[in-house]
Amino acid sequence: MEIPHTVTARPDTGLYNAKLAIWLFLASEVMLFGGLFSAYVFLRMGADDGYWSHGLLNVPVGTLNTIILIASSICVVLAWAALKMRQWGRYKLYLGSTIALGAVFLAIKLGYEYPVKFEHFGAFIKKDKWAAYEQYLGNDYLAKQGLEPRPEITGHLHEVEINVADADAGLLDALIKKRNLEISKSEEEGKVLTVKVHSPWDAEALNKAPGAITNPQEGDPAKWVRKDPGVKMVAFEMALDEVNADPTNSKYDKPSFMPRGLTETVATIKAEDVDTGGWGNFVPKHSPFLAIYYAITALHGLHILGGLVVFTYFFFFSEQLYRRNPEHMANRIEVVGLYWHFVDLVWIFVFPVFYLL
Amino acid sequence: MSSTHAAEHAPDHGHGHGHDDHHELGFWQKYIFSQDHKVIGIQYAITGLTFMFLGFCLMMLMRWQLANPGVPVPFFGPLLQTIFTPFGSSVFSNDANGHPGMLTPDGYNTLGAMHGTIMVFFGVVPVAVAAFGNYVMPLQVGAPDMAFPKLNMASYWTFFVSCVIMMSSFFVHGGAAKSGWTSYPPLSVISDSGPGIDPFFNGQTIWLLGMVFNITGSLLGSINTIATIIQLRAPGLTWMRLPFFCWTQLVTGFLLLLAFPPLEAAGFMQLMDRAFGTSFFMPTGLLLNGHLTHWSGGGSPLLWQHLFWFLAHPEVYVLILPAIGMVAEIIANNTRKPLYGYKAMVGGIFVLGFLSFVVWAHHMYMTGMGAKVSGFFQTTTVMISIPSVILVTALLLSLWGGSIRFTVPMLFATAFLPMFGIGGLTGIPLAFNSTDLYLHDTYYVIGHFHYVVAPGTIMAIFAGVYHWYPKATGRMMNEGLGRLHFWLSLIFINGIFFPMFLQGIAGVHRRWYDGGVTYEQIIAPVLHWNNFMSVSAFLLGAAQFIFIFNFFSSMFIGRKVKNDNPWDATTLEWDTPTPPPHGNFIKDIIVYRGPYEYSVPGADKDFTPQSEAPKSDKAATAFPTHALAH
Repeated sequence: MEIPHTVTARPDTGLYNAKLAIWLFLASEVMLFGGLFSAYVFLRMGADDGYWSHGLLNVPVGTLNTIILIASSICVVLAWAALKMRQWGRYKLYLGSTIALGAVFLAIKLGYEYPVKFEHFGAFIKKDKWAAYEQYLGNDYLAKQGLEPRPEITGHLHEVEINVADADAGLLDALIKKRNLEISKSEEEGKVLTVKVHSPWDAEALNKAPGAITNPQEGDPAKWVRKDPGVKMVAFEMALDEVNADPTNSKYDKPSFMPRGLTETVATIKAEDVDTGGWGNFVPKHSPFLAIYYAITALHGLHILGGLVVFTYFFFFSEQLYRRNPEHMANRIEVVGLYWHFVDLVWIFVFPVFYLL
Repeated sequence: MSSTHAAEHAPDHGHGHGHDDHHELGFWQKYIFSQDHKVIGIQYAITGLTFMFLGFCLMMLMRWQLANPGVPVPFFGPLLQTIFTPFGSSVFSNDANGHPGMLTPDGYNTLGAMHGTIMVFFGVVPVAVAAFGNYVMPLQVGAPDMAFPKLNMASYWTFFVSCVIMMSSFFVHGGAAKSGWTSYPPLSVISDSGPGIDPFFNGQTIWLLGMVFNITGSLLGSINTIATIIQLRAPGLTWMRLPFFCWTQLVTGFLLLLAFPPLEAAGFMQLMDRAFGTSFFMPTGLLLNGHLTHWSGGGSPLLWQHLFWFLAHPEVYVLILPAIGMVAEIIANNTRKPLYGYKAMVGGIFVLGFLSFVVWAHHMYMTGMGAKVSGFFQTTTVMISIPSVILVTALLLSLWGGSIRFTVPMLFATAFLPMFGIGGLTGIPLAFNSTDLYLHDTYYVIGHFHYVVAPGTIMAIFAGVYHWYPKATGRMMNEGLGRLHFWLSLIFINGIFFPMFLQGIAGVHRRWYDGGVTYEQIIAPVLHWNNFMSVSAFLLGAAQFIFIFNFFSSMFIGRKVKNDNPWDATTLEWDTPTPPPHGNFIKDIIVYRGPYEYSVPGADKDFTPQSEAPKSDKAATAFPTHALAH
């Protein structure tokens, strides 16, 4: 049994089967990313003034990645053209370049952009407490300028003050030891501790530390009921981003091309002044902006990874088919190339929508 | 297979030639991991029919509870309680007197959510779209197989994995999903969590994972279907010679292809809400048991509804279009007449397919999305009734003046028309947002969509099974048992669903666990229907055993077909040997005519197969030679 039109085009449609199929697949991909982008629109339109992060992402790095992806798209076209001209060596060169560029893109995403966010810390201040943090937020100044308010204080977390009265002492000690944390201050007979943290993950772990057992007489650990929460956050001490250190400076009225740095200015924020669920490092749950940013870029990254796997397979295992039926091999590169252009195109939307707007 | 040897450029040739067909495939490759579209079609059919029966059983448990609130389910209740309690599921518990087997409120919600999910995504779509689409469509277009046989196998097994995942959710601590088949947040994000519940292996999270796999399988299948219809049509099979069933498969393929991905995206987002604590669908300031939830907020529950219904409304047409396609084939064959208005019907399903993408928010009139938005969706919803009416009218007029053979498939196909008609007409009050405000979430809605899907689509599925069974097995299903099955099903299925309109108009809400006893003062005049409906449901369930017996016994003792075309049909699937071998056709297929040349004046018999060459020279020149050029 032979399926018709696997290599040569059907005359009335002008397409071979796989080319039609990849276009159909890309149509469904448009709807997949379309669903996510419509979620972006919904979340952004529904966000209160100031709660949508502008200028949070590193624009130069994003620009670099845009250039890398476009270059890889060009390379895959050249690889296809080389196969069409039956130039095996150039095909390998261009396909290799495509793979290398795609890998660099992923490396920048996973090796730099994501980890930097995981180490950054932010706390959304409750609206009725904005006045108390005016020196970091500058909302009076922003209101006078007719700009959106600034509800969040960001920077690097140095220390947290925690109330451990309800915590399970043994488990908490083990946690502190495991994470190699240092207690710099102990007050109220050890009930309130100030702990130096290496990163916001430590604060997260401390916050989730288990509470003391309320019914230790039940011997079976499955029946134990623990106090919830075990640890209460009291305050965060952090080095401020330059925006929060000097919030009334007019140069921060607009997002800038170059990323903004960290200052030496240290501020203390009371946990009770922070919105519920409103503090932590820049992970998906921190804000709807970050949630949709991670969702779309991670899905896009998975698409890059999928393309790389296919390209790598072709890089090593395409010679046999090329010798037997070079046109078929060229078709394969054309099809996966179409997919690659689409993935590139998604990034062309992602970049302005998240980095620039 | 064919002794003709295919040249090296065989791919250009529109039909199958044996290269590798002579080598024997082992059992696993032939029946389990098969790439043959017919085997995959049968796999889909068996999996899907099994799930339909399972979904029906869940519903019967619910109907027992509605008719006898708080009374343990006889026999099955204690049995299921014994089975599921060790897994930490609370679907059944002891009643007030300590007797085991009573459906709990959580259990009722679980069964409701899983009944909807199973019936739509694991029962009807796999059978109506995937099974018949896989088995019949490639035969009807004269193709040796689907365009991508390996992809076809992959879609079935992706679907199979989704089935396993979904079923496993019954056995996790806390039980299967219980937030409705629509899975509305914030409830669905909060449910199945808390002390003792695993953050990943819990009902709702597994539901989402199962759906992601189900959607992926469905996407792969739809690409294959569309590519096959566009690329693998036999020489001469021009678009207007395409059997109507293939047209419905083509439009259905596009609906699945374009409507499912947004739900996949939404599924990912709800997974992130549940597993990573994001707030895609969680609003600011949400209180749970009087305390602020730990979600950061800022999300929108309405977003889920939009993304969900963007799929789930086209999904309604995914359920109904293949059914209409099958009914059209069977009506043309049994009235011995061409379909009335074939071109209008083809146009109609394209308009229907397009409009189905812009009506979704009529499910959301109650959400407060605004009068302007409601007005828009009300308009498009009323517009979509136009192509629907064209389809039903054309099928109805196709009966006019025919000498109808009331075979078993034809009985089901004719019953489909009024049943689908009732389903469609009762939808009109739901299309207008002013009347929908009253009817929303009542049993009226349940009656409406079940009339479309159950007495509608499922009747058509039965019709299709009876109609193509002889092609797949070489034996006819028993006629007498088929008629008995038909009449009992028709009577009892109406016994279940018609009283729902009465209850719904009286205000009975769809989610009452006790069937409305709590609100007896308000709904007393219609409360007694609960018993009638439940008894109808049990009898309908009993009647299906006739079908199950007929289905399996006819494989061995059914009357053997006299020839490859037992129904005297015109379309290409009857040109294959019976049952068709791997590669399908053993002769070169060229199509010379339209799909429904029945009772052509002057012809020597009352049907002319599409592949039959014209006799006169005049007719031969009428054949478009360019289609043969390749």
